[in-house]
Amino acid sequence: MAVLVFLDHESGIIRQASRSAVTAARALGEVHALVTGDASVAEAAARIDGVAKVLRAAGAAAAHELAEPLAAVIADLAPAYSHIVAASGASGKNVLPRAAALLDVQPIPDVVSIVDADTFVRPIYAGSALATVRSSDAKKVLTVRASSFDPAPAEGGAAPIEQVTVPDGPALSEFVSIALSQSERPELESARVIVSGGRGMQNEENFKLLNPLADRLGAAIGASRAAVDAGFVPNDYQVGQTGKIVAPELYIAVGISGAIQHLAGMKDSKIIVAINKDPEAPIFQVADYGLVGDLFDILPQVEAALDKAG
Amino acid sequence: MKVLVPVKRVIDFNIKPRVKADGTGVETAGVKMSMNPFDEIAVEEAVRLKEKGIATEVVAVSVGVQQAQDTLRTAMAMGADRAILVLTDVAVEPLGVAKILKALVAKESPDLVLLGKQAIDDDMNATGQMLAGLLGWAQGTFASRIEIADGRATVTREIDGGLETLTLTLPAIVTADLRLNEPRYASLPNIMKARKKPLETIAPADLGVDVTPRLTIVSVAEPPARQQGIKVESAADLVARLRNEAKVI
Ligand SMILES: Cc1cc2nc3c(=O)[nH]c(=O)nc-3n(C[C@H](O)[C@H](O)[C@H](O)COP(=O)(O)OP(=O)(O)OC[C@H]3O[C@@H](n4cnc5c(N)ncnc54)[C@H](O)[C@@H]3O)c2cc1C
Ligand SMILES: Cc1cc2nc3c(=O)[nH]c(=O)nc-3n(C[C@H](O)[C@H](O)[C@H](O)COP(=O)(O)OP(=O)(O)OC[C@H]3O[C@@H](n4cnc5c(N)ncnc54)[C@H](O)[C@@H]3O)c2cc1C
Repeated sequence: MAVLVFLDHESGIIRQASRSAVTAARALGEVHALVTGDASVAEAAARIDGVAKVLRAAGAAAAHELAEPLAAVIADLAPAYSHIVAASGASGKNVLPRAAALLDVQPIPDVVSIVDADTFVRPIYAGSALATVRSSDAKKVLTVRASSFDPAPAEGGAAPIEQVTVPDGPALSEFVSIALSQSERPELESARVIVSGGRGMQNEENFKLLNPLADRLGAAIGASRAAVDAGFVPNDYQVGQTGKIVAPELYIAVGISGAIQHLAGMKDSKIIVAINKDPEAPIFQVADYGLVGDLFDILPQVEAALDKAG
Repeated sequence: MKVLVPVKRVIDFNIKPRVKADGTGVETAGVKMSMNPFDEIAVEEAVRLKEKGIATEVVAVSVGVQQAQDTLRTAMAMGADRAILVLTDVAVEPLGVAKILKALVAKESPDLVLLGKQAIDDDMNATGQMLAGLLGWAQGTFASRIEIADGRATVTREIDGGLETLTLTLPAIVTADLRLNEPRYASLPNIMKARKKPLETIAPADLGVDVTPRLTIVSVAEPPARQQGIKVESAADLVARLRNEAKVI
């Protein structure tokens, strides 16, 4: 049987994390992609390498990836599929558990490794443990961590596109508005380098001191929960157990202590750098390179060293 | 308007969980347990709705072992009016919890069920959405703001790219994210008062719900540990090592 992958998009662009979900799904069978939105989204989905067919749920009811109609569409399509997969982003986590309930299936969130068609590895307790679970459900509903699967190439496929209808139902929820953070920087989940700031940045003004470093490295900017709660940066910057899970080549933590909830979101990064004035800060236990000192002195020094190295 | 708030007893967020030597799970014996932090936020929001005169009654419910009573007493000390313990010694998966909650919704007829977005033990982030699916109700997940007026809830949600606002027809399901509010500490007098508030205990079978798990735990293991790194002396040293040793810039 084929595998149904729900690809979420933001402003018409399919998220890179969803292309990682395609890679994960290919290990389980032929991939059919479900998308909403304009024809251009379906066309982009059709070009993704490894997608054999695109199903487009068009029309007002499917706009904005609202959970109620989308879960109904997925439940409608489910009989033809062995697995239903999405990336573990806000959209997949909103929609898939609801669809799973309609199918009387216990979903398996945050899969980091696929053992076989029924058996999956997922982190629990903020990544303090890895559980291998086997599902006895006839169908599996999974969300997968983008940081554990390489994204399928955006180009290379030429899949046919079919329309699917959204089952009739009462309009339970209605879209009002969306406020996306504006940034020229790469997305956190797909960035090769991330510079992250914590409470040590002190305030919104000082947090901007990370920009010159991020500019030099082509980095995305992340934050600890403390920095988000204090209003230095918007919510979508948060890295951690309850924020974004990232695994870049290089993660630079500046003024972040390294609470387990933060580590849960970044400890699979290839190289971790910590800049902190407290030599005992737990972040140093996971850092490949630690620099002890005042970040306000160190940041300009790192920039100067980068400029000198060219 | 009645609000139902499911609360879960979990290992305290300050404790680093240890994997059991036999690889069957995580050690919970003798470990400090507390209310799931997201559920504290959900209770706080429900109590604020009552203080604003929007909610008339707040009912806390937990599915779990006898000691989950303590979690329910905490919810009542924060301001919930009464509590229901669905007593079970087996670990119930979100699908089972959602089925139990659906049966309780049929009994209690709440207009709003306010859950945490995820429990910090199993990190499933699923129960609220599943309950919404089973009931055919609207859902507003990962809420950082809730307003109730004219039979509708306006919910601002934390999404990957920023914030999204939806309106939901009541009755509805809302799951709380971290920035919805800052939960209060229960005062001593309120803790005393909570001891006298009604706490009813029932069994899943009384609700006619089958909670047989669908997932079997094959094994639970420690994640691979990171190699302890080094401290570098200067910014120049750091940049040189990132370039020549780690080759990431
Ligand atoms: C349910 C729950 C979920 C959570 N989810 C998350 C999550 O997803 N992500 C997350 O990050 N956290 C999360 N947390 C919060 C987490 O427990 C920590 O409180 C948080 O990560 C701390 O942020 P911080 O390191 O920026 O702040 P702090 O712990 O206050 O650390 C600040 C650090 O900055 C250093 N510092 C200060 N000034 C300077 C200076 N001038 N120069 C150099 N260093 C300096 C200090 O030495 C200190 O180590 C969660 C908590 C709970 C309960
Ligand atoms: C090591 C380990 C071994 C396990 N073994 C088993 C097993 O053998 N069999 C088995 O069936 N399960 C097992 N589990 C599952 C486990 O007990 C979880 O309770 C279950 O999967 C629920 O997931 P969650 O709490 O992450 O739900 P989430 O969906 O993250 O919870 C979201 C919200 O739902 C509400 N909620 C969730 N649970 C409850 C509850 N019990 N009472 C009241 N409200 C609640 C809360 O408002 C919570 O904030 C195991 C888990 C672990 C970590």
